[in-house]
Amino acid sequence: MRTLRDRLQAGSDKPLHLLKGRVHEVEGRGRTGFALYHAARLAGPIFWIVLAHDHDRPMPGSLPEGVAERLHFIEARDETNLLWTVEEALRARPVSLVISAPEKPISLTAGRRLQLAAEAGGTTGLMLIQEGRGSNAAETRWKCDPLPSPLDSTRHRWILNKNKRGTIGIYDVSWNGTTVAVHLVPQAGERHQPEGPPR
Amino acid sequence: MLSIWFPRLASDISLRARPVEGPFALTLRASNAENLYCLNSTASAVGLHPGMPLADARAVCPVLSTRPADLIREGRALEGLRRWTSRYGPHAAKDGTDGLIVDVSGVPHLFGGEVELLADLEARLERAGVSSKSAIAETRGGAWALARRGGGVIPEGGLLSRLGPMPVSALRIEAPVAEGLTRLGLHKIVDLTAVPRAPLARRFGAELLRRLDQALGTQAEPVAAEADAPHFGVRMTLPEPIGLTADVMGVLDRLLVRLCDKLASAQMGARAVRLELQRVDRSAAVVDVGLARAMRDPVRISALFLKGVDEVDSGFGIDGLRLTATVTEPLAPEQIGNAQARAEDELSHLISRIGNRLGFDAVQRFLPASSRIPERSFLTVPAAYAAPEPFPPKRRPRRPITLFPAEALAQVSGSPPARFSWRRMAFTTLRAHGPERITPEWWFDNPAWRSGVRDYWRIETNEGPRLWLFRTPQSGSRDWYAQGVFL
Repeated sequence: MRTLRDRLQAGSDKPLHLLKGRVHEVEGRGRTGFALYHAARLAGPIFWIVLAHDHDRPMPGSLPEGVAERLHFIEARDETNLLWTVEEALRARPVSLVISAPEKPISLTAGRRLQLAAEAGGTTGLMLIQEGRGSNAAETRWKCDPLPSPLDSTRHRWILNKNKRGTIGIYDVSWNGTTVAVHLVPQAGERHQPEGPPR
Repeated sequence: MLSIWFPRLASDISLRARPVEGPFALTLRASNAENLYCLNSTASAVGLHPGMPLADARAVCPVLSTRPADLIREGRALEGLRRWTSRYGPHAAKDGTDGLIVDVSGVPHLFGGEVELLADLEARLERAGVSSKSAIAETRGGAWALARRGGGVIPEGGLLSRLGPMPVSALRIEAPVAEGLTRLGLHKIVDLTAVPRAPLARRFGAELLRRLDQALGTQAEPVAAEADAPHFGVRMTLPEPIGLTADVMGVLDRLLVRLCDKLASAQMGARAVRLELQRVDRSAAVVDVGLARAMRDPVRISALFLKGVDEVDSGFGIDGLRLTATVTEPLAPEQIGNAQARAEDELSHLISRIGNRLGFDAVQRFLPASSRIPERSFLTVPAAYAAPEPFPPKRRPRRPITLFPAEALAQVSGSPPARFSWRRMAFTTLRAHGPERITPEWWFDNPAWRSGVRDYWRIETNEGPRLWLFRTPQSGSRDWYAQGVFL
């Protein structure tokens, strides 16, 4: 028998899932963490495409379990090659997730092409974009930031800013980055002081 | 037996590529002196001979032009000639470094006779610019001796009468043995047949009698032709030049089917394929394609060539194509239709496509490495050449998810910093964990770690980001650096 707690937990991270076969965007300082959460959640090969002159690199030893083995890390010389590689990877069926960090804004044409490629391959795409450099073609746009909290050092605020087929929302989660399990932290119930004894 | 001798193979090969007028020689460096190695006919006529020091040769002939000898190239040329001579007989083998031996038993009548066969062979070699002498005899020894003394044909039963008057050195024996025989008054081969065999063998060894018997046909000497290494190459010559990409791709598709059939029959797969396009004006363009794993699927390999072929300038037209699998690996036949194999296949095809555009080094995979130094705690290897390895489970202390080369912090106050700015953003510290001291690996000289041990701190900021900062206490500097971002 499923308890109420089970049902709450089972459905708890549903709103965080990305729609398969579409390209999504994420901005903010915590975008890499958000990408890794989805990398851990989805099974299958992951392609991570960056520009060669971008120095921020994932550190394989500390990624969520099982991600580093499935990761293909690609350095593209320039923006054109990066977009070409993303499109090729999205079009390939066995790939589960394509993460990419472009520098320039993605034009509407490029965004649409990526969507078509993702649809053809049934692959999820996630673009780590700079603030305000998204494309109108994106299925959802997230803004992710690590959240300082006096109690918890694994708190993140993932804000769904744009959603083509659903509601938007603000999610505070607690995720320590080892497994796929995240805890949605209710904002209203957040206490900054331990609860006092009942009167 | 057909024996072919190339008296000037090395210089002919060199001159074929870049002709030179007048005396010419190849030089070989031996024990700190340049000696002549191979001469053309003009140089020999002037009075030079192989083995002569270069300085002496220059004194004799000041206009001598020279090039360094390339023994590897000479060997390759001889191998090419060996393959070519198999048109005269099924068993063709190298004979020393400057000759070939072919078993032509039962062949000459196809060319109209032995003399006609030799004429055909020499005419073809002469047209190719390689000087040669060739001979046909019943035995290998006899053909060898005659080829080096003018060439020709020894008719059946005429071995002794033709070889008899030749000096003993024609018997493929070592120089000291030949000299010893001459000193005894045995100048000619016919002299050897007259003297008792036992004393000869006692004095000069069994080798002399073996060579004698082989030359005269008393002892058999087969041609030990080495098996041909499988050659994965096909070519097509066109009657009219072509220039359109679609045409070239059409020819390429036909060639690929043939190449893949060849690979399949040898149970091999290609890792790299090269397409040579020969233009009408004898220049050539080359398109190379790499594959992420051994493969022999014509359709997929053809797709990889499209971009390279498109970029080739066809000039006045292309009238010859040559397709070679330059790197091959064993590839056993596989059952098709298996879902997992198909997914792997598609993945390696994707890596091939990306690799051929960005370079195979750009598609990387991470492998675990045992080092405490953060930059060296993993290896970055090309994905096409390494299989994935599982990473060990995570242990404390925590490591950042993003790593970058150390960046200096600005406006630092306090230790560990209470406020600082990094990448033009100001931060104040909420919590600080540390220090964790990491010592450089003294057995590797890493320029980034010359400043000595590092004290790493995990700093949680009020602004959100959780950073990995360090300072270098041994260097005496009070600077702080950021090297990573935690989840």
